[in-house]
Amino acid sequence: MHRFFPHPILALILAGIWLLLVNSIHPGQIVLGLLLGWMIPLLTTQFWPEAVRIYKPFHLLHFVGIILIDIIQANFTVARLVLGRPDRLQPAFISMPLILKSDLAISFLANVITLTPGTVSARLSHDRCHLLVHALDVTNTEELANTIKSRYEKPLKEIFEKC
Amino acid sequence: MLSAAVFIALMLVTAAVALSFWRLLCGPSMPDRILALDTLYINTIALLVLLGIHLSSGLYFEVALIIAVMGFVGTVAACKYLLRGDIIE
Amino acid sequence: MLEVFISLLILTGAIFTFIGSLGLVRLKDFYTRIHGPTKATTLGVGSLLIASALYFSYLERSISLHEVLVTLFLFITAPVSAHMLTKAALHLGLQSLARLPEQQVNRQHNEQEAKHDQGD
Repeated sequence: MHRFFPHPILALILAGIWLLLVNSIHPGQIVLGLLLGWMIPLLTTQFWPEAVRIYKPFHLLHFVGIILIDIIQANFTVARLVLGRPDRLQPAFISMPLILKSDLAISFLANVITLTPGTVSARLSHDRCHLLVHALDVTNTEELANTIKSRYEKPLKEIFEKC
Repeated sequence: MLSAAVFIALMLVTAAVALSFWRLLCGPSMPDRILALDTLYINTIALLVLLGIHLSSGLYFEVALIIAVMGFVGTVAACKYLLRGDIIE
Repeated sequence: MLEVFISLLILTGAIFTFIGSLGLVRLKDFYTRIHGPTKATTLGVGSLLIASALYFSYLERSISLHEVLVTLFLFITAPVSAHMLTKAALHLGLQSLARLPEQQVNRQHNEQEAKHDQGD
């Protein structure tokens, strides 16, 4: 079972993408999408060494909702800063210790940091313990690091890693 | 109403294309130019989508999709070159 | 009613796209410049694409969702390319308004990375 159907979540996502691409929900297309979703992970299985485990799917939905709101807020923040006085900005680099261990969770966190207010993830250290973050306008770096930790890192740890 | 909005939006996005083109020409460093190219292709997607609405044609969607895929690959390849080109010297 | 909503989405999208490119020109150093395009332009194009999806659903009297694909793709790829660009800039040691993370550590890190990459 595991050998012939390695990644069920990936299969569903691929089928969904196929349906979006052909822009129809004709039964034939659904069957073709599911077939592609089964075939592609099977043929590329050596590029996916470990299966993705989601421990708390409902927390993931809640988290995505929070992120969508934060993205919209981030845009207004950046727009205000760009239209304001660019020479009054106080940019800073912050080195943030990570508690996450799995690759997927770390890349998720880096992407979320880039999409949310005034921060871009810049570099992951080689031992995967520190993430370097660039903030556009910040006065209190400690506070920002704590916000990122409590708002994004803790839910991600609950979702992707067994506590 | 809609055609007026599309007209204003086309003007704004064209101005955005001009601004990122300016940064592409005079950007002092290589990452600046790559960032300008990245912005340029995203702006082009916006332009194509607006053109699709203006002409009521779904044909432009496929073009936008191809530009999105190729632009991302191009940006990442150029960054990889910058990260590694320094090593070969 | 729907027409007004679509027009508003188009206008906000275009304004955000414009602000993103304006940030590219106005801000002073590379590390602050990268904030404009990655955030504002992505959301701007996203809302334009959603407007387009609504417009074509309304025009053809059937649900047209394939614009969502481009939106999703942009939202996934924009942070990745931003991360790569910042990494490249740090590697080249570009000038920054903010204090760079300990110059000394940075150089050591680069040497380590060079060894690491050669080892690949």
